[in-house]
Amino acid sequence: MNSQAPSPSPPKLPVSLAANPKLSSWLRFSAEGQVTVSPGKVEIGQGIVTALAQIAADELDVALSRVQMVRTSTAASPNEGVTSGSLSVQQSGRALRHACAEVRQIFLQLASERLGVEIDALDVEDGTISGPGNVRTSYWELADEVSLDRDATPGATPKLATRRALAGNSVQRIDIPDKVFAQPRFIHDQALPGMLHGRMLRPDNARAKLVDLNEDRARTIAGLVAIVRDGSFAGVVSETEHGAEAALRALRKGATWAEGDPLPDENDLATFLKAQPLESTTIDKKAASSPGAGKRTLRRQYTRPYIAHASIAPSCAMAQWSGDRVQVWTHSQGVYLLRADLALVLMLPVENITVEHMEGAGCYGHNAADDVALDAALLARATSGRPVRVQWSREGEMSDAPFGAAMAIEIEANLDAEGEIVDWSHSIWSNGHAARPGRAAQPALLAAFELASPFPRMISANPPQANGGGGDRNSIPLYDFPSWHIESHRLKTMPIRTSALRTLGAQGNVFAIESFLDEIATERGEDPVAFRLRHLRDDRAKDVIRAAAKRAKWKPSRQPGIGHGIGFARYKNTGAYCAVVAEIEGAEDISVRKLTLAVDVGEAINPDGVINQIEGGAIQATSWVLKERVRFDRQRITSTDWTEYPILRFSEVPDVDVELIQRVEADPLGAGEAAHGPVTAAIANAVFDALGVRVRNLPITRDNLIAAMELTS
Amino acid sequence: MPSVRFRLNGVEIDVDADPDRSLLDILRGHLGMTGPHFGCGAGECGACNVLIGDRAVAACDTPLWSAADKDITTIEGLGSAEQPHPLQRAFIAEQALQCGYCVSGILVSAAALLKRNPAPSSKEVKEALDGNLCRCGSHNRMVRAVLRAADEVAAR
Repeated sequence: MNSQAPSPSPPKLPVSLAANPKLSSWLRFSAEGQVTVSPGKVEIGQGIVTALAQIAADELDVALSRVQMVRTSTAASPNEGVTSGSLSVQQSGRALRHACAEVRQIFLQLASERLGVEIDALDVEDGTISGPGNVRTSYWELADEVSLDRDATPGATPKLATRRALAGNSVQRIDIPDKVFAQPRFIHDQALPGMLHGRMLRPDNARAKLVDLNEDRARTIAGLVAIVRDGSFAGVVSETEHGAEAALRALRKGATWAEGDPLPDENDLATFLKAQPLESTTIDKKAASSPGAGKRTLRRQYTRPYIAHASIAPSCAMAQWSGDRVQVWTHSQGVYLLRADLALVLMLPVENITVEHMEGAGCYGHNAADDVALDAALLARATSGRPVRVQWSREGEMSDAPFGAAMAIEIEANLDAEGEIVDWSHSIWSNGHAARPGRAAQPALLAAFELASPFPRMISANPPQANGGGGDRNSIPLYDFPSWHIESHRLKTMPIRTSALRTLGAQGNVFAIESFLDEIATERGEDPVAFRLRHLRDDRAKDVIRAAAKRAKWKPSRQPGIGHGIGFARYKNTGAYCAVVAEIEGAEDISVRKLTLAVDVGEAINPDGVINQIEGGAIQATSWVLKERVRFDRQRITSTDWTEYPILRFSEVPDVDVELIQRVEADPLGAGEAAHGPVTAAIANAVFDALGVRVRNLPITRDNLIAAMELTS
Repeated sequence: MPSVRFRLNGVEIDVDADPDRSLLDILRGHLGMTGPHFGCGAGECGACNVLIGDRAVAACDTPLWSAADKDITTIEGLGSAEQPHPLQRAFIAEQALQCGYCVSGILVSAAALLKRNPAPSSKEVKEALDGNLCRCGSHNRMVRAVLRAADEVAAR
């Protein structure tokens, strides 16, 4: 042969499966007719366990009820890193789909030999394998003869999308009945035999050092088992939760703290962010093939405040020592990563530590789950092998857990004589958006910074753009401007602790880009939907914008006090597409009446689950936009309860209408973070539509609205 | 220690404990009843709501003594998988939660509403649940579920 076709690249295993190739680590079959599926991703209220069960059942051809989902543990589960970034369906789902396809084939091969029937003539229905002549066997009959202690191979081919029976259907989530009938599913509701209760003593003032601790009063409290102190780390252990609370109150009275570290001025975050030592990075550059002539420059600054995770439950963990081994139960997003940090602090080999996941309340990023796990492990060292359950207080949860980072964003556009964008630049000042455990030579856990021999406080970093970026997430425009320059300035100081919160920097960046675009479109007198469509080349992007606009009957006729705005983004520029039309009512306060969204997550495994995530994201984003801002004075975080840190209430929640564009042939994408940026921008744009005021500093509270009006007038 | 007597989910009980302790602490700590959840300890989030008589009350903010001789109903007393309360059925049908931590308190608030107003409007449901916080954004599904339960009871 003279001409050689380019050889196709050899098939590759999905990433999670390549990292954990042993098939038996993902699934096992029992002779009793069950298949046990063991993913490395965890349930954090997003319904992932159900979606993964659907994928497995589908690929294996078994009823969903036969699938038993195992909680993730470092003792046995595949290591899939962290459950974050809307990647669980992409990563775990793809790995499971591939593993199940291969396992199905292994069973069919054996069945073919047993039954004397060609493999292609065999069929599987609910685990029963049958062929011509009424021959049959089943996974369950063959279970003991098939060893899955072998590595996955790249050749297995999952079913065609059109042959999947379960994926694409809104099956009921498997965890919901327990939660509705109050079966103890949450870590908070577990009781281990002999369990003790721990509480942490932490300062009011930021990072204040504990200089003296008089334990006398606390020692008189009934039920006290131990007072643990190591530097500024201090806590109590009691026979009862009530006793632990009482001992903590007494111990607090005996505590003397040195002054803490000063905090920034909460009313001038942009100045603070820009005045810090910075690490500056060019995120992306695009040069115009034929540079256009800029006639004038438009420059705007946008800010968002620090935002709290503010989960309804304070973080909780349990730990139990046995000699030099410790078992930890946690609602962490990454059991292996937490284990790595525990090993650093406890100075143990990782083999001596088992970390097991249990569900907590809704998790929206790197909250205090990991911190409290170390607290529990440290307190439990003092209890001669009895397990200790530690629960943070509401105040601790709202002040000591990492926050989503505050951001200042400047966008500058050069416009030509027709008002068309010829050049665009986008600059971000922000702390890093990730200081997760398990990824560095130093731990990221709070107690580690408090010990007598402390580890250095971790300064948040940003994941690279290849992983979606951090502060710079969604800062590269999807719009086809002729040229741009995107840069990120990461703070090298961190007086307020930040780490990953839902969407990382995407909420701020999308708010800025989409607000600015709206402003330019308005100046041109061009409809903002048409303006966006004109600058997009990606049909899926255009489809969600058109769908949202159509569904919201864009643009509804004007009514006094009512405004409509649009926002769009593709999360991380590689994930789900989402467009939103917001309808708001503006008076002294802004209320959001309705959000109409269109979303494209590729193949939606569980459509209702996707819609649930989008609705939830839209409502949470509305709460961020209208209400949320971590409050502090120069000494301490002051927004430590629900009065000082209000979130959206039932009476304030908008109607949310979601159109899901199902694309069964496209790779499935996560839905949990798609709505936040677009909703934020859509609300801000609707506020302008209603009141003629551009609010560029979040949240859109009465105060910020008045400040923006003064700037406008 | 004086004992406090009340009916918990229809069963008479005596509790020997400091009457100033919170009802939530007694339910969870003393009686091992984990349906009502601790959220804030200040009566601000509703995760620990229980019925005292027909009223939804934050158990974290209620001293034990004030429960004396009262009828207390927790989520466990509303229904079970075998005999679900219409609200529990409706919350499953509407898939009306994400993490579900707030849901036991929300079901209790909703049960109190349906007792005093068996046919609420959507606005009345939102008002009745306004003291309950949900962080995942499942509010609209929950409102739909409460309306569905009301419809189901009315159709009987």
